[in-house]
Amino acid sequence: MEQLTELMQQAESQLNEANTLAQLDEVRVHYLGKKGLITGQLKQLGKLPPEERRGAGQAINKAKQTLSAALDARKLVLEEEALNVRLKNETLDVTLPGRKMDTGSLHPVTRTARRIEEIFMQLGFGVEVGPEIEDDYHNFTALNIPEHHPSRASHDTFYFDDGTLLRTHTSPVQIRAMENKRPPLRIIAPGRVYRCDSDVTHSPMFHQVEGLMVDKDVTFADLKGILEAFFKAFFEVDDLPTRFRPHYFPFTEPSAETDIQCVLCHGEGCKVCGNTGWIEVMGCGMVNPEVFRYVDIDPDVYTGFAFGFGIDRLAMLRYGIDDLRKLFDNDIRFLKQFG
Amino acid sequence: MKLSEKWLREWVNPDVTTDELAHQLIMSGTELDGIEPVASAFTNVVVGQIKQIEAHPDADRLRVCQVDVGSDELLQIVTNAQVELEQKVPVAMIGAQLPEPDGKIFKIKKSKLRGVLSQGMFCGSETLGMGEAGEGLLEIPANAELGADLRDVLDLDDVVLDLDATPNRADLLSVSGVAREVGVITQTAVNAPEIKTATVDINETFPVKISCDDLCQRYAGRIIRDVNTQAETPVWMKEKLRRMDVRSLGPVVDVTNYVMLELGQPMHGFDFDKLEGGIHVRNAEEGEKLTLLDGKEITLRADTMVIADENKALALAGIMGGQDSAVSDTTTNIYLESAFFVPEKIMGKARTYGLHTDSSHRFERGVSPDLQLKGLERATQLIVEICGGKVGEITDVVTQDELGKRDAIHYQRSRTKRHLGIEVDDARVEDIMTRLGCQVETSDDGWMITPPVFRFDLATPEDVVEEIARIYGYDNIPGVLRPMKPLISVKPETQVREEVLQNILISRGYREAITYSFVPPEVESLLTAGAEQIRLANPISEELSVMRSTLWSGLIPALDKNVKRQQTRVRLFESGLSFQKSETGLPEQRKKLAGAITGSLYPEQWSEKPRQVDFYDLKGDVEALLAEASGQEFKFLPVDHATLHPGQSARIMLGDQQVGLCGALHPALEKKLNLDQQVFVFELDLDFIQDKKLPEYNKLSPYPSVRRDLALLLNREVSYDQISNTLKELNINELLEFFVFDVYAGENIDSEQKSIALGLIFQDFSRTLEEEEISVHVEKIMTTLESKLGAVLR
Repeated sequence: MEQLTELMQQAESQLNEANTLAQLDEVRVHYLGKKGLITGQLKQLGKLPPEERRGAGQAINKAKQTLSAALDARKLVLEEEALNVRLKNETLDVTLPGRKMDTGSLHPVTRTARRIEEIFMQLGFGVEVGPEIEDDYHNFTALNIPEHHPSRASHDTFYFDDGTLLRTHTSPVQIRAMENKRPPLRIIAPGRVYRCDSDVTHSPMFHQVEGLMVDKDVTFADLKGILEAFFKAFFEVDDLPTRFRPHYFPFTEPSAETDIQCVLCHGEGCKVCGNTGWIEVMGCGMVNPEVFRYVDIDPDVYTGFAFGFGIDRLAMLRYGIDDLRKLFDNDIRFLKQFG
Repeated sequence: MKLSEKWLREWVNPDVTTDELAHQLIMSGTELDGIEPVASAFTNVVVGQIKQIEAHPDADRLRVCQVDVGSDELLQIVTNAQVELEQKVPVAMIGAQLPEPDGKIFKIKKSKLRGVLSQGMFCGSETLGMGEAGEGLLEIPANAELGADLRDVLDLDDVVLDLDATPNRADLLSVSGVAREVGVITQTAVNAPEIKTATVDINETFPVKISCDDLCQRYAGRIIRDVNTQAETPVWMKEKLRRMDVRSLGPVVDVTNYVMLELGQPMHGFDFDKLEGGIHVRNAEEGEKLTLLDGKEITLRADTMVIADENKALALAGIMGGQDSAVSDTTTNIYLESAFFVPEKIMGKARTYGLHTDSSHRFERGVSPDLQLKGLERATQLIVEICGGKVGEITDVVTQDELGKRDAIHYQRSRTKRHLGIEVDDARVEDIMTRLGCQVETSDDGWMITPPVFRFDLATPEDVVEEIARIYGYDNIPGVLRPMKPLISVKPETQVREEVLQNILISRGYREAITYSFVPPEVESLLTAGAEQIRLANPISEELSVMRSTLWSGLIPALDKNVKRQQTRVRLFESGLSFQKSETGLPEQRKKLAGAITGSLYPEQWSEKPRQVDFYDLKGDVEALLAEASGQEFKFLPVDHATLHPGQSARIMLGDQQVGLCGALHPALEKKLNLDQQVFVFELDLDFIQDKKLPEYNKLSPYPSVRRDLALLLNREVSYDQISNTLKELNINELLEFFVFDVYAGENIDSEQKSIALGLIFQDFSRTLEEEEISVHVEKIMTTLESKLGAVLR
């Protein structure tokens, strides 16, 4: 028994001296392994007188348990130390930038068009497209703009030698939609349009969204309501004063031009709104029955409204872009700002 | 049209300020482009009269004048202006303030000019904000009192409203018309000046014959003899004309212009002595010549109506008079014309001769057919007042029995609600339509409304709705966000969506560009190997004159422009239509998606070695896009395309259809386009990449997969496609997938050969594969690759 006590003392001191898990394991093997010293004690139990065997056996087993527990405890300590060292060694400068493949960006006009589409789709409008090289019939005649009509002069049309033209507005998509589908109709048609005009405030190519709603009970009040709701949603304001001024378009009657309160100065008057407090954003009106007749929709049964506005203009107002020409310069320093 | 507010208020004088008046006009549909004062805000400028002129002792160009400004003493003023004794002149007195165009104010002080005292300044039109430079001193009415404030003398506290009437409102192209409109919107009475019927002095007439009665439905005229065309147009008239932007050109022309502005009836005065036989309104003879008032000789077409006499064309009807028959300084007898031409028939005619005149502007939009005699009488009255003369009898030829007769519009009460969504009181509807000049009679379900003769735009029930809405006020129609039947407009799941493709590119670092659809012909020509181009007939410039057939025509120059702006790493994409000639109908207009990249693959950073983009970077982007069209099998095949590097380009095939191209730009092209860096481009024809497969669930094998690697030595010409096809043709069910994980050529390998390392993954759905089975497959693969492609194990 004295030997056991001695062994235990020895073991404990070696255990405490072990600084690595490997050393610790050596200690375990040395004392508790198959050929370990304490294991060896058990083997010698047989040599003891039978009456001592029980007591000695208990003592050895107890010592074994004690040592095993001490080894486990020491192991935990050493493991924790080792982990701490590893963590320390693996520490990075987390403020260094991540490995990057930078993300690109959508053009502000497309970004705006998508937003417009999203708002109108929630109102149940579908998105239609049409050709950009158009015929005279769809761009003018079927929109109740006969040849020589004074309105044509204001369109600054690009022509091709065969008499076709670059569409001057997205309105021909209205006609194509009504030719192909029967009411009720709710569509918008975003896209490129062209006018033979180029200066600081005019680009020979720009973007419009056309809208059309046809049903048996569509009124001017609905037109106002839907468009007012659209502008509020687009500019994310609860209260955005709008005003509808009577105007003339051959394809709608009554027609209106729509102004929104200047979103930059809130109606106080600034450079952008020419000190009027209002910004003209749209032309709209009730579909002229002549247009319905061209596409064989009975104006005595159906009414409808149509509208058209410039996407570029809304993008400029929304993002504070002060120069239309920047939109088509494709300078990546500009494009990056819309990522 | 510019309109003097004072002149308007002579006709109708509502109790509202200028701004309120402007607002009401705007809100009832007349656009206002601006409000400008008729003169600058100068002060202390009075009427003076020159009493003495002496030469300046020390300056040749200056003169010293003694000027009577109505006070006890004469003022001494030194001037360089041309002046005459007794001339009445505008005098800026000492202390006068003269605003300049830049906003500064010029103050008149007592001063010495080359040593001579000057106690004021004579004012030119420009100085007073009333005209252009070089017009000389402002003209003063002869009866103006000396010392009177010029602002009072010329009634200068007035503004010009720059009104922009919509093309349907021909009736707003005159003072009287706007007055009528203002009367309606402000509910104020209109006071038209009295137009007296002139006393006929001579019963001489001139025959009028109308041959083209479909175009000219009324022609009225009269002779006035012994007219003093040397008479001065009175200052009040000149001043009114000036405010409306019309230059004074002699009394007869001034009067006809004045009447046009006042009443809306374009008129013309001929030199009667130049006319022979009678007036003949007829179509021109093809090729007939006519020299117009502006001095230009035109060759007439037979579809053009002219005013002629017995022998020759005198004037382009409704557009412009002729030079030979015009009233001149030597004219003593005149013939006044006042006609009605059918708007639809005269529309566009002026433009075919490159002309647009005040007269054609009005006739095209519609001059009321009841104005001709009124205009003639008004002009006669004014000419006789100014120039004297003996008035002849009016000849009035009307070719249509019911000229100006308007059909009643049956307007059902229910229409108001149907179109506008609101009810408007019967009394209000009647009031609005009556004030607009309509005759209103009630009917069972609404009204019979007869529009006035001058409202060409008022003929249908919808026209009536518009008038009610306009006058009632759009503001008074509340917007309603109506309940709507839901319409689900979700796109099919089996359709490739452009937005998704755009988003894929964005997440791969591309920025969206929007370039013009018209491009420089030489760029288009280089990129399409000289294919036929679609040219605009009237381009903005040669640079923007042909329609792009490939988006590269806009994208590559946009990329290059960025590189030249020191942006060396550029990744751009664009989606839009491309245009190709087609045999019939409109050109082919297909949606394309294109990209162009140059510079390093990654933005420069600490953790990646810089590397320039190459073909496989581009192809990886394209494959990411094509993966969106899942279930479709695309092939990349070598291509010989003029634009692209022959060894680094591919056409992208879907079945037999080419759906795109990708590759490095041809080095020769890079040189021609003056590009600074190597550029890689792709373009996909989205019209052909529309379908994708609906995902279909496949069970997953619970058994382990096994990988075998093969390192093969092959001839350099053998393509990966050949290897891949060979493996596929073997149809080994257990071969789940295979891929290349290394390609090597160079040291330790024959220069004609390359090494390709393949990873093969085997798996079965019903059991764990045995070692021997896999070996059999690998053996089979190897021998096939060897026999078909000459591959050897490395």
